[in-house]
Amino acid sequence: MSKVIVVTSGKGGVGKTTSAAAISAGLAKQGHKTVVIDFDVGLRNLDMIMGCERRVVFDFINVIQGDAKLKQALIKDRRLENLSVLPTSQTRDKDALTREGVGKVLDELREEFDYIVCDSPAGIERGAQLAMYYADEAVLVTNPEVSSVRDSDRMLGLLNSKTRRAEEDGAEPINAHLLLTRFDPKRSGDGEMMTVEDVLEILAIPLLGVIPESPAVLRASNEGVPVVMGDKSRAATAYEEAVARLTGEQIEIRIEGEDRPGFFQRIFGRTA
Amino acid sequence: MSMFGFNFRSRKAKSAQTAKDRLQILLAHERGTEGSGSGPDYLPLLQRDILAAIKKHVHVEGDAVDIRMEREDDISSIEINIDLLKQAARAD
Ligand SMILES: Nc1ncnc2c1ncn2[C@@H]1O[C@H](COP(=O)(O)OP(=O)(O)O)[C@@H](O)[C@H]1O
Ligand SMILES: [Mg+2]
Repeated sequence: MSKVIVVTSGKGGVGKTTSAAAISAGLAKQGHKTVVIDFDVGLRNLDMIMGCERRVVFDFINVIQGDAKLKQALIKDRRLENLSVLPTSQTRDKDALTREGVGKVLDELREEFDYIVCDSPAGIERGAQLAMYYADEAVLVTNPEVSSVRDSDRMLGLLNSKTRRAEEDGAEPINAHLLLTRFDPKRSGDGEMMTVEDVLEILAIPLLGVIPESPAVLRASNEGVPVVMGDKSRAATAYEEAVARLTGEQIEIRIEGEDRPGFFQRIFGRTA
Repeated sequence: MSMFGFNFRSRKAKSAQTAKDRLQILLAHERGTEGSGSGPDYLPLLQRDILAAIKKHVHVEGDAVDIRMEREDDISSIEINIDLLKQAARAD
């Protein structure tokens, strides 16, 4: 059974696209057939982060409007054979995405892919709601910062009310996971930034991983190489472990600079 | 600074330069196409016309034509693949 995973946050600039790229590349590296879809109509960026921007001919909207077949719009990654990208339109009208159209495309993708990763736009409007509507799982990208945590809480509300799984009688609710990104262990240790435990206490959903603030992320976006495909870095390792947890592996959550053995294990054990 | 033929910050400088190069190529193609879709406007039409031309001679499926594009600094190339296996499978 293939899984649709939405990467969402409410707030912009927290690391959704970075995470969608890293998670999809990580899943493909593990051997799962994976496609990552850009839902940010009008502000296409996933193609650049994935390094396939020069190869975009047709997009998600062309497919929904019947101007292109799905296989024509899918861009196969040249580094990972299990990975494909479905870019969004750069300039077309946002209303071009319809719930019915998205549903059809996802159904077709389910036939070919194990994982369908949806990179949500920011906000709580139509685009973000369509990105989450058909999801089976959600990765809630959150920074340890008040507005981001508040927005994530808001998104949790939408995940539990405005999605197919929420509307269908008898359907299991969407499985939501917290991905804490841009975390700075030193500032958190100094009391300048909320701790992982603080954020978990507020949002009360299982923790998928903690991604440190890392210069490797900017380098990855400069080069169009998702962070897990580049040189080894703390961010890459953290994403790889998050991907492993997403596929059901039990891996202890470790944070460099944190030396409180068992602490994160306890958090993980309690919430997972 | 690379007076001695190397640069202590070459790593960083390299990835930033890559970012700039990628943006320049991309934006050169994107600017002035406001209101249109992803590829050049004519691509969906070109595809339709190619398909129509082929259909005059052989029976092919609607999805038998695949157009790929690669944008480079000074040239862009379009690659057109026509799936003839589908044609071979027609009722003879
Ligand atoms: N772990 C991280 N360390 C450093 N910078 C990061 C990290 N995660 C994201 N960023 C940076 O934050 C900015 C926003 O990230 P992006 O993934 O585009 O967010 P979103 O899709 O949520 O708007 C980008 O400049 C990105 O390079
Ligand atoms: Mg984004």
